[in-house]
Amino acid sequence: MSDIVLSMKGVEKVFGAFRALGPVDLDLRAGERLGIIGPNGSGKTTLINCITGVYRPDKGSVHFEGRDISHIEAHRRARLGISRSFQIPRPFTGMTVLENLLVPLDYCHVDGSREERARSVLSSVGLAGRVSDPSESLSQLELRKLELARALVGNPKVLIADEAMAGLSEEEIDEVLAILLALNRSGVAVIMIEHIMHAVMRFSERIVCFETGRLIASGTSTEIAENPLVQKVYFGE
Amino acid sequence: MSRNSALFLIGVAVVVALGFLMPWVLKNPFYFFAGYVVLQYVTIATGWNILGGYAGYINFGAAGFFGAGVYLSAFLFTTFGLPLPLCILAAAVFGAILGVLMGYLTLRIQGVYFAIATLGLVVVLETIVHNISALGGASGMAVYGPRPPSWSPGPSQYNFTVMLVIAAVSVALARFVEISWIGRGLRAVRASEDAAECSGVPTLRLKLLACALSGAVLAAAGAPYPFYTSFVEPVTAFSLIIGLNAIAMPLIGGTKSWAGPVLGALLLASVQQIATVTISSELNILFVGLVLIAFVAFAPGGIADLFGRRQGRARS
Amino acid sequence: MFSIDILLNAVVTGILLGSVYASLALGLGITFGILHIPNIAHPTLVVAGAFFVYTLTQWELDPIVAALIGLVPFYILGVALYLFYSSVFERRGGANVLQSLTLFFGLSLVVEILLVLGFGSELKSVSAPYIGSSLKLGLLTIPYRLLIPALLGPAMIAAVWLYLSRTNSGTAIRAVAHEERALSIAGLNPASVKRHAFGIATATAVVAGAALIMVGPVEPFAGRYQIGRVFAIVVLAGMGSIPGSLVIAIAIGIAEALVASYLNPSWSPGVAFAVLLLGLASRPQGLFGAAR
Repeated sequence: MSDIVLSMKGVEKVFGAFRALGPVDLDLRAGERLGIIGPNGSGKTTLINCITGVYRPDKGSVHFEGRDISHIEAHRRARLGISRSFQIPRPFTGMTVLENLLVPLDYCHVDGSREERARSVLSSVGLAGRVSDPSESLSQLELRKLELARALVGNPKVLIADEAMAGLSEEEIDEVLAILLALNRSGVAVIMIEHIMHAVMRFSERIVCFETGRLIASGTSTEIAENPLVQKVYFGE
Repeated sequence: MSRNSALFLIGVAVVVALGFLMPWVLKNPFYFFAGYVVLQYVTIATGWNILGGYAGYINFGAAGFFGAGVYLSAFLFTTFGLPLPLCILAAAVFGAILGVLMGYLTLRIQGVYFAIATLGLVVVLETIVHNISALGGASGMAVYGPRPPSWSPGPSQYNFTVMLVIAAVSVALARFVEISWIGRGLRAVRASEDAAECSGVPTLRLKLLACALSGAVLAAAGAPYPFYTSFVEPVTAFSLIIGLNAIAMPLIGGTKSWAGPVLGALLLASVQQIATVTISSELNILFVGLVLIAFVAFAPGGIADLFGRRQGRARS
Repeated sequence: MFSIDILLNAVVTGILLGSVYASLALGLGITFGILHIPNIAHPTLVVAGAFFVYTLTQWELDPIVAALIGLVPFYILGVALYLFYSSVFERRGGANVLQSLTLFFGLSLVVEILLVLGFGSELKSVSAPYIGSSLKLGLLTIPYRLLIPALLGPAMIAAVWLYLSRTNSGTAIRAVAHEERALSIAGLNPASVKRHAFGIATATAVVAGAALIMVGPVEPFAGRYQIGRVFAIVVLAGMGSIPGSLVIAIAIGIAEALVASYLNPSWSPGVAFAVLLLGLASRPQGLFGAAR
C-alpha cells in the first residue's frame, strides 16, 4: 500500500541474553494516530529507539516512505522526517527557548526565515511569551511543550511522543492532546506512547499493546479495552 | 556581519596593533618574555575550551598537543629551515589530525573514555619523543631561532608579537565557532547528546570537528616555543602544568563564552608569572590545583557566571 | 637472537607484573567499575600508599606489615574523599562526569605535590630480607621483589572478590550502582554503602602501593605512568568484573614484558595505552562484562 509511511518487518533487538524486542511487524499509515501501550519494560522504548536510530535492530528492517533506513544514523532519520520527544524532557540547557528550536532548523530546509518558523511553532504550542527565556526557567508543562515544539519545528512526517503527558494534571493533558491533534490535522502521523490510558484511548485511531517485547494486541480503543490478553497484562488473571 | 562581530574584530585589530607598537615604547625585554607565557596560555585555554567548554568533552592531554606542536616546529625548523609561519601552520595541521584520531577512537562511546584516553596521550607522545634520536631523545635539542625581522627590536619582542597573533587568531576562531551553527550544535551535544542527534545534529562529526579545531589551536600554541626557549626537552614540552592550566583557566574564567578562557588565562598566568619569582614551581602547581578544586566544587560556572549571577540578581 | 629462556623469562615476568597491575587497578575497579565514579586520582593514591609504606619501613617494619597497618587510615581517607565528593555534587543534584573527572584530576595533582613537598622528588625504595635475592627454577630466574608483590596482589583481589560476592554488605555494593531504589527499599542507605565501597577501594591503594614500591623505586609522579594501565584493565575487563581484570592485567603485563625484551624497555609505557585505545575502538563493552 502506498500510504504506509513507516513499516517495520521482523524487527528484533537483543541485549546480551535478554531479548528486549521482537520480532515485531508494525505499519504506520501517513497521517495516522497510533497509540502504543504496555507495561514498563515491555519494549516500547526499545521499539522507538529502533525507529529513530538510537539502536540498530539486530534483525529485521525499518522502512520509511519505502526506503530501508535500518542502517542509517539517527540524525539522518531525523532529517528525513522522523521526529521524537523524550520521556524525560531534554532541553538544550544553556540556550534560550528560541535557540532550542534553531538547533534542528540548522539541519533542515524550511521556507522563509528560520527564526520566523521557530517563533510561529513556539506560539502554536503556547510558548510565545517565553521565546527569549533560558530553557532552565521553564515549568514542567512548558518543558513538555518545548520538547514537542523542537520535535515538530522541522516539519516531520512522523512524530513519536514518548510519554509526553507523564506527571501532568488533567487540564495540562488536555492542552498537550490539543497540540498533538492540531499537528495531526496538518497531516503528521503521530505515535503516542503513553501510560495515561484515557488520553491514549481518546487520541488514537488504532492502539497496539506490547508485552515482553512482543506485540500482543492491535485494534481500536474499544477493541483494545475489551481484549482479554490486554486485560490480563493490565489487571492480571 | 553583526554589530557585535564588527566591534569584536576592531577590538582584536587594536590589540594586535598595540602588540606591534609596544616593543618600541616599552624598552625592558622582560615584559615581553613574561607576556609571551601569558599569551601562550590565552591560546591554550582558548583552544581547550572549543572542545571542553562548548561540547563538554574534557581533554586532559593538552600538554600532548602542545608538546607535539613544539617538537614538530623545532624539527621542521632545524632540519628543513622552514620559515616560522609555516612551522606554526604545520603544527596546527598536525594537532588537528591528532585530535581527529583521538576523537575517532574514543568519542563514539562516552565522554569519560575520551577523557581517560587523553590522560594517556601525554605519556605516549613523551615515550615516542624519548625514542626518536632526531628529536634529541630525553636530553633534548637546541634550537637557534630565526633572526628577528627589522620591525622588531629583539627576539623576546618578536616572539611576543608572534604569540600575540596566534592568540588573536585563536580567540577569533573560538568566537566564530561559538556564535555559528557549530557552537549551537556543540552546546546541544553538551546538553543532551541523544536529543541533539534526534534533532538532526550529526553529533559525531561535529565533535570530531571540535577535536580538530581544539587540537590545531593547542598545537599552534606550542609552535613558537622552541624559539622562545632555544631549547626543547620532553619534560618541559609535555609539562604537567600545561595540561593543568589548560583545564583550570577556562574553568576559572567560565567555559560558556570565548571571554571566559581569555579572562582565566590572563588572571592565572599573570599570577603565575609574578609568583615564579617568589615561589617554587611545585607550589605553583599546588596553588592552581587547589584553585581548580575550589572552582569545580563551589563555582562550576567560573568567574563569568559569578559575575553574571550577581548582575541577574541586581536586575530582578 | 631468539632463545627460549628469554621468551620464558619475559612471559613469567609479564605474568608477575600483570598481577601487580591488577592490584593497582582493583580500587578503580570498585570506584569506576561498580560505583561509576571516575576516580582518576586512584593511581596517585596508590603512590601515596607506597610512600606510606616507605615511611613505616624506615622504622625497620616489613613492607607487607606496613601495608596492613595502612588499611585503616586509607579506608578513612577514602570515606573522607567520598564525603567531599558527594557533598559537592549532591547539592547540585547528581554528579556530572566531566566535573567529577576534573575534581579528581585536581585532587591527584594536589596529592602529588604534597608528596613532593613531604618527601622530595627523588626515587624512594624499600628494603626487606627477601628483596634482592632471586628464586631459580631451571631456566627461570624470578626475583623475590617481583614474586612477593605478585602473590600479594591476587591474594588481595581474591579477598575483595570473596567479600563482594559472598557477604551481604558486599552484595549491597554490587547492587548499589544499578538498584539504588531497591536498596533503599531493603532498608539500606545507598550513600553509606557507597561511602563504605569508596573506603575499601582506597584501602586497596596502600596494599597496591606496597606492591609497587617492592617491585621498584617510586617517585611522587609515578601515578601518571599507571593511569593508562589501570584504566585499560578496568575498562577492557568490563566495568566491575574483578576476575576479568586479573586476566587483562596479566595480558598487558606479558605484552609489556615482550616489548621490553624484544624491542626496547622505553617503549613499554605506551603498550597499555595502545591496548586501551584499540580495545575501546573495537569492543567498548569490554571483554568480560555483559553487553550494554
